[in-house]
Amino acid sequence: MIVIENALVLRATGVELAAVVIEGDRVTSVGSVASANGATVIDAGGAWVGPGLVDLHVHFREPGQTWKEDLGSGARSAAAGGFTAVVTMPNTDPPIDSGPRAVEAITRAGLVDSVDIAVAGALTKGRAGVEISDLDAMYEAGVRIFTDDGDSVPDGGLLRRIMSYLGDLPGALVAEHPEDCSMTMNGHMHEGAMSARHGLVGLPGVGEDVIVARDIAIARDTGARLHLQHLSTASSVDLVRQARATGVAVTAEVTPHHLALDDASLERLDPNLKMYPPLRAPADRAAVITGLRQGVIDAVATDHAPHTAAEKAVPFEQAPRGVIGLETAAALTCVALNGDQAVFFDRLSTAPARIAGLARHGMAVEPGAPANLVLFDPGQTWVPRAFASRSANSPFTGKELVGKVLMTIHDGRISYEGGQG
Amino acid sequence: MSGLLTLRGMPADRLGDLLDSGQRYVDMIRAGVRAPSRLEGRTVTIVFFEPSTRTRLSFEKAAHALGATVMVFAPEMSSTVKGESFKDTILTLTAMGSDVLVIRHVLADAADLAALWSGVPIINAGAGRREHPTQTLIDALTLRQHFGALQGLRMGIVGDVDNSRVARGHLAALPTLGIELTLIGPSTLLPVANPWVARTTHSLDEALGDLDVVYLLRVQRERGAAAGLSSEASYNRRYGMTEERLSMLKPTSVIMHAGPINRGIEIDDSVADGERSLILEQVANGVPMRMAVLEAALGERE
Repeated sequence: MIVIENALVLRATGVELAAVVIEGDRVTSVGSVASANGATVIDAGGAWVGPGLVDLHVHFREPGQTWKEDLGSGARSAAAGGFTAVVTMPNTDPPIDSGPRAVEAITRAGLVDSVDIAVAGALTKGRAGVEISDLDAMYEAGVRIFTDDGDSVPDGGLLRRIMSYLGDLPGALVAEHPEDCSMTMNGHMHEGAMSARHGLVGLPGVGEDVIVARDIAIARDTGARLHLQHLSTASSVDLVRQARATGVAVTAEVTPHHLALDDASLERLDPNLKMYPPLRAPADRAAVITGLRQGVIDAVATDHAPHTAAEKAVPFEQAPRGVIGLETAAALTCVALNGDQAVFFDRLSTAPARIAGLARHGMAVEPGAPANLVLFDPGQTWVPRAFASRSANSPFTGKELVGKVLMTIHDGRISYEGGQG
Repeated sequence: MSGLLTLRGMPADRLGDLLDSGQRYVDMIRAGVRAPSRLEGRTVTIVFFEPSTRTRLSFEKAAHALGATVMVFAPEMSSTVKGESFKDTILTLTAMGSDVLVIRHVLADAADLAALWSGVPIINAGAGRREHPTQTLIDALTLRQHFGALQGLRMGIVGDVDNSRVARGHLAALPTLGIELTLIGPSTLLPVANPWVARTTHSLDEALGDLDVVYLLRVQRERGAAAGLSSEASYNRRYGMTEERLSMLKPTSVIMHAGPINRGIEIDDSVADGERSLILEQVANGVPMRMAVLEAALGERE
């Protein structure tokens, strides 16, 4: 039995100062505690308790690139970030693009016991954007999220067939990485004043906008559910807002780094600030923050993309793209949401759990709910210096952050305990 | 002394000191006086990851003229073809006893990273499309010789500004010296944004009458259609420096070009070789200006 006392608990009716009792893999009581004999008692000191965080977008690099991350190290990083469930992207080596590969990936993910791992499958064979993958076999294996993340499906006709097909399968979701590579290839950072000054080839925002617009039109036409990954431009937020208003089944995510940073931070070309989509202009950053607060963007998803220090110790234009994000996501999101506890848990847990169809996650803390929980202190300052991830390619290393995960509980067991570091 | 990575943010008096030093070497060369061997016993390593003729040769000659030992690194004849990383190459050349590395690289931050890793002074001899500091100093020196002062001069930079490290270097430093810059070219050849103190226009003909200096950039013919030109003939018609356009300039105005030039495209033969052209003066100032930069990077430890 675990008892968390003196916590601001996210209940179905709102936030309440209470104690939470966990027995087995369930929450058994929320309120005052009469006796806690034999229990592990934790004084939350007024910190938040809510449903464990859910990340729709991580790269755990297994199989194929386990020197960067593997399921075990990725799971430890997730737990340290307050996450109890993640969705792994299929751009592994080989990619998850067939029934047998999905079965194998799901089997391996099932061996990890500190975080629930949902495996996403590729939309096209080899993620090449040419030929439809065996969506049905992956669906039968248990895959619900399909994406060629890293690339959009360049051929609109092919994507329309894929979305028509997946529209028939209950719970299936197409997740698109919106980027028209004919406009963005060879780009290294957001196309704007900063790229002009460095003389770097840029990725223009319009390269994202055109795919967002196209995909929304195809979703409207096919009726299939569409999820747009890592939105980064003001125009794409507007497009999603308009689509929602006319009833299109579209959801969207944003990364913590796009909430926290913009291209003004690229005065010095730090490879740990290189990712796709790139850090955009300050106005784009303001628009994604507003979109997240309003719920036009449903979820925060990290796009946790580990690379080793040696891989990043190269000139900016040669550096691999991507940054890790699991262990800093809660702090950055809390700041972007001005410390609103209810919105914080919606965008980082309830909404992503709903989008991914993860029934045991994202629920209000009530008796009978699964004991997937996080204890988060929104006021504690800390400086990330080392990570549970196998890689450390974070732009926030050494920077003071506000908001710290104190404990993560997965299936009734403590999967992370951070102390007062 | 950290060498010369960028002119961006360098104050006018410091730029002026470098130009004065360059001018002293110009005067020595003109007078036939041998420069003092201020770099005797020092090793200057020239590390060019990109083809170059005039910049590499003039750095070599400048280093020899100051009495330095010169090592030249050419990646096509080195372990780079065996996959040695840029970082390991820099560490190796440093460990071999280089006192300064002169680096040319296609990547914008290569010289900055070398400075981070190496510990010896680094001279940026052209990095990506971001900057070519010594060319900017050479051009400023050339203009100072010709006009006497730089304050208030109006320079139009014409053509492929977006792909030009020379243009970005000028934008980083020439306004500090009082030169007013106008970027001239079609939208496809100008940077997507203008974070500098500079005007932009698409019409060379409208700008010509105000300019003291027309600085022509090379058309990158090897880039073909990707260069954003409809055709070379059209480019010459709208942006080429022809005899006719020369006649639209003020009588005191001059023509510059960092080379190599495409005769008949961005500049007509007669203009390139004419009396208004400072092209050969630019070339002649290359060695003495780079002597001054090498001395500034190394000489103070004497």
